[in-house]
Amino acid sequence: MVLRRSLIGIVTLVLVSILVFAATQILPGNAASAVLLNTATPARLHALETQLGLNRPAVLQYWTWLTGIFHGNFGKSLANGQPVSTLIGGRIVNSLVLVVLAGVIGTVLGVGFGVLAAARRDSVLDHVLSVGALAITALPEFVVAVILVIFFAAVVFHLFPAVSVFVGTAPWSNPKELVLPVATLVIVIVPYVFRMMRGSMIDALESDYVQMARLKGVPRWRVLLFHALPNAIAPTIQVIGLSFLYLAGGVVVVEYIFNYPGLGQALVNAVSDRDIPTIQFIVLVLAAFYVAVNILTDVISLAVSPRRRLPRS
Amino acid sequence: MTAPSEDIPVTAEASVAAPAPGGTPRLAVENLRIIMRPSRHQPEVDVVDEVSFTVQPGYVLGLVGESGSGKTTVALALLGLVKRGLAIGGGKVLIDGRDILALSEHELQKLRGKTVAYVPQDPSSALNPVLKVGTQLREVFAVHGGDEGRLTEVMAEAGLEDPGPILAAYPHQLSGGQQQRVALAMAFACRPRLIVLDEPTTGLDVTTQRRVLDTVRGLCRTYEVAAVYISHDLAVVAEIADQVAVLYAGRLIEIGPAREVFATPSHPYTRGLMRAVPVLESTYELHGLAGSPPRPGSRPPGCFFQPRCEFAVAECELRQPDLITVSGTGHAARCVRAAEITALSATLALASERSAPSAEEPVLTITGVSVSYTNKPVLRDVNLVVGAKQSVAIVGTSGSGKTTLARCVVGLHKDWTGTITFAGAELPPGVRGRTQDQLRRIQFVSQNPYSSLNPRHTIGQIVGAPLAHFHKLGGREHRQRIEDALTSVALRASFAARYPDELSGGERQRVALARALVLDPDLLVCDEVTSALDVSVQAAIVELLLRLQAERGLALLFITHNLPLVRSIADDVTVISAGQICERGPVTQVLTEPSHDYTRQLLADVPAFGTDDPLTG
Amino acid sequence: MARRSEAVVVLGRAVRTPRGATGLVIAGCVILVAVIGPAVAPYSSTEFVTAPFARASRAAWLGGDVLGRDVLTRTLNGGWELLAMAAVATALGVGVGAMIGVIAAYYGGWWDNVIMRAVDVILAFPQLVFALLLVSILGPKIWLIVLAVAISHAPQVARVSRAAALDVSERDFVKAMQILGIPGRRIIRRDVLPNLTSVLMVEIGLRLTYSMLIIAGLSFLGFGLQPPTASWGLMINENRVGLIANPWGVLMPAILIAMFTIGVNTFTDAVAHASLGVGRRSTEPDPLVGLVAEGATT
Repeated sequence: MVLRRSLIGIVTLVLVSILVFAATQILPGNAASAVLLNTATPARLHALETQLGLNRPAVLQYWTWLTGIFHGNFGKSLANGQPVSTLIGGRIVNSLVLVVLAGVIGTVLGVGFGVLAAARRDSVLDHVLSVGALAITALPEFVVAVILVIFFAAVVFHLFPAVSVFVGTAPWSNPKELVLPVATLVIVIVPYVFRMMRGSMIDALESDYVQMARLKGVPRWRVLLFHALPNAIAPTIQVIGLSFLYLAGGVVVVEYIFNYPGLGQALVNAVSDRDIPTIQFIVLVLAAFYVAVNILTDVISLAVSPRRRLPRS
Repeated sequence: MTAPSEDIPVTAEASVAAPAPGGTPRLAVENLRIIMRPSRHQPEVDVVDEVSFTVQPGYVLGLVGESGSGKTTVALALLGLVKRGLAIGGGKVLIDGRDILALSEHELQKLRGKTVAYVPQDPSSALNPVLKVGTQLREVFAVHGGDEGRLTEVMAEAGLEDPGPILAAYPHQLSGGQQQRVALAMAFACRPRLIVLDEPTTGLDVTTQRRVLDTVRGLCRTYEVAAVYISHDLAVVAEIADQVAVLYAGRLIEIGPAREVFATPSHPYTRGLMRAVPVLESTYELHGLAGSPPRPGSRPPGCFFQPRCEFAVAECELRQPDLITVSGTGHAARCVRAAEITALSATLALASERSAPSAEEPVLTITGVSVSYTNKPVLRDVNLVVGAKQSVAIVGTSGSGKTTLARCVVGLHKDWTGTITFAGAELPPGVRGRTQDQLRRIQFVSQNPYSSLNPRHTIGQIVGAPLAHFHKLGGREHRQRIEDALTSVALRASFAARYPDELSGGERQRVALARALVLDPDLLVCDEVTSALDVSVQAAIVELLLRLQAERGLALLFITHNLPLVRSIADDVTVISAGQICERGPVTQVLTEPSHDYTRQLLADVPAFGTDDPLTG
Repeated sequence: MARRSEAVVVLGRAVRTPRGATGLVIAGCVILVAVIGPAVAPYSSTEFVTAPFARASRAAWLGGDVLGRDVLTRTLNGGWELLAMAAVATALGVGVGAMIGVIAAYYGGWWDNVIMRAVDVILAFPQLVFALLLVSILGPKIWLIVLAVAISHAPQVARVSRAAALDVSERDFVKAMQILGIPGRRIIRRDVLPNLTSVLMVEIGLRLTYSMLIIAGLSFLGFGLQPPTASWGLMINENRVGLIANPWGVLMPAILIAMFTIGVNTFTDAVAHASLGVGRRSTEPDPLVGLVAEGATT
């Protein structure tokens, strides 16, 4: 089952790479003209095209590019001629820190609140949490970020920096700078995880097997933790996986606002510069992340569902 | 009686006599009332009221009712539990003299599983799918104290001889019968004083059901447990219960010794039920009950059954009758005419013997049909003939392949080998190859009335859909045909404007029938069409089918697992097991003188009302 | 054909609940501002009225923005394009997504495999990144943004509608029609689609908020509507610098965007609850659960 998923994942990756590569081929003009811009004379254009190998058939170009990747060569950035991997590679870790931190904290909070709300269904706490989650869901990250900045960095309080200042050092060396970016991302995904957890927890609490446990005389706390929760967690795992994937996109805006040196910021810059190799690299990294998260989600899902893991004897 | 594979049942020792009555009852329910509050602004509504009965240790009380009677609500209340949205409105539930409704949640929790135990209807959903069976069984001991070493002992008593693999398995890896035995083991583990069984054998095949019933009876007798057995299946209750109480629309309307109540019912409703239950021993006319029980909130001020009652008098509309004692054995009924009704003979008319089908050309011939799903054979070389105007039943347990056969005939299933001939011509395997004529003349009605009608269409649109596809009729003629179809299934023409969610299960099945009949087919394939319906509704549908068959000269292929029902509806019966035909022939012959072991086993396992036929006795 | 259109009934029911009414009102306010705004704005969006980041005054009720233009005017003008783009992108995305989801579910087999593989590929791109990718190639054109957002919605909608359509296709009434030899297209149109109405209505609501999110986000990053056009997303970005001097340039558009998403979300939730009992399990605690659980399994 995991093997099948991995194979599908690899196929997906290949398809993505083809899509990305093909997309760049439909440029009116090409990479060469993008670099030369106004200084392009036919002669210079032709020279650069030959140099970049742009006048060979598309399939050949794709093959060269693909094999290059397997050697760790992602081409050179059109913005400053440096190899893309060295330029951007370091940023992967930075963005990963944000995503993982936000994902873990968001999951813990979402699951915790969700269980609490379900256990005390229809209480004041439940209503407050539910309405709050409803309001916050789908608030754009930049709106959340801006509001946080207004409150905690610029206007009301001045607890955290509004912008990251460091470059080249590890992100955890200055935790204060992580707080607002991570907080923004956490706020964006908690409501989603919360609603799913609450919903599936309530489903579990209304199930026949929970009723049976109660009729056996099992005390309430035990029913909650050992009967309901293990069942409720399975559908929520899917949502947690989706949240991590969503964070991969949300990180773009957040890094831009806080000037955080990660992949997202690099992507925004690359798009402004029309720096194709860099864009391709970042998109591929994201796709690889997507496949990895999918596989992980499937594995964990399987681990908590004996019904799918072990067919009837 | 040799029992095939699975688990060895614990048979009731015939020598252990039923304990003598008298003394403090183990369970005493007094005027139990359960209410529902639809919304904050509306007044509370009775769901169940004036329910009182007692059960002595070692005795079994059967609680009988159709859907909507409130029997599960009463069952849960015996453990102090009410579902969300309901509340206890009054009354007492005394176990060994102690009113459990007055206990706190904490005290109740200590009681459940230890003093009072519950056996659920559907063990596949009542066992936690992510916990091993062993964990769930041991939990009872963990919560209530008690010796875990008794675990294997308890399992053996419930009929699970080889505990190891079962304890290590997850619930979905066990068969239905094994799951139910696990539930029984859990219930009897702490030697409870009272056990509540909520339709525990629904969904089990007849043979497994027989064994589970034997186990329950044995355990109750041996440990002097009082039991309340809830069911809609009267025959099962007749087999296992000493006393029976009948619930209708939340009220107890009759109570008494089981044998007596079934032999001489004192309430019109009970009498109606007895006239609707198919009996294996003879071919009776079945009579259904028109109408349906009133829901909570729309119950009439007088007797609840009065709108449907053929014995109703003016007084019945005014007030709810009290329970009137009918005999010294504790038999009582809630009817002003109870005494009269008891004296009435409850005989059902024997149905006229079916004439053997004339030598007409058979309308459907199945020869050598086989189906297999990835090397698992589902049907093996099946042969069957249905004559024009003949009613042929196919009987088997779930998994026997009978539904697959029906789907092959109708074209829903394409991958079969062999030949199926209809009206002289060979049928192509799937719907695609068949002619319009063939498609029109074979029609199908399925089991589930809740998924066979499109919730977004009106009844008129549903019944008219086949019509619109096959004939292009003018507006008036189209409407007329729909109306005719509805009236032929005893639904008023005004139903055409209604939507499925406004109809009851029985009414929906009638609509499904109307849809099948609107094209005037020659062959009607019915796949378990009454299995999801209450017994009184089932009888009405059977009545309807027989009438339609006679009126229209319809051939019927009737698929069911219910042997007694076959007696009342079919000319010929085919018994199928594991994809192969075991036996075939006229109904009376096969059911009275079976020639195949499997048929004999089935017949022996079917629950019966007692050696002396109550309806002629 | 069906009853007084299910959509109308459910919407009517939703509006009568406190949640539904609140959501509708909040979102309605924003729509009103966006649509009427340009007509009642005191100045033009490009007019310089005051000093950059000037405080609120009689002349400029919300003060000045980064270039000294009137924040109020720009706010009033900056919404309708966003909303229009979001609406079109949502309609397109849900329409296409629902269609391919239903086809994949009803016909199954080869169709199902091919469609779902394609869906998987597009899902590999976070929605914003997908739009950025296309923008980087072809430039920040309006039609491109709308198309990119629509394409990125389609897979998610396809998943959800496939799951719902599968459920419907399994039911006996569909089989009853198949037995009669009625062709697939007709069965999909008459029998399957009408039963998906509530699911699709909820999806439209959800997707609308995400459309707004992405399009405003793109304009925030500078890849959407270009300056000097007024656009809420762009305003938030360009006025960030002067947050302390005059927060309104950032706050006002932020509040409006927030109100829109909150309002639409709340109303969609009310719609989801109102559609329960119309063929779905009537004790669903949170309709989002049903949707996600359905859509998340391939």
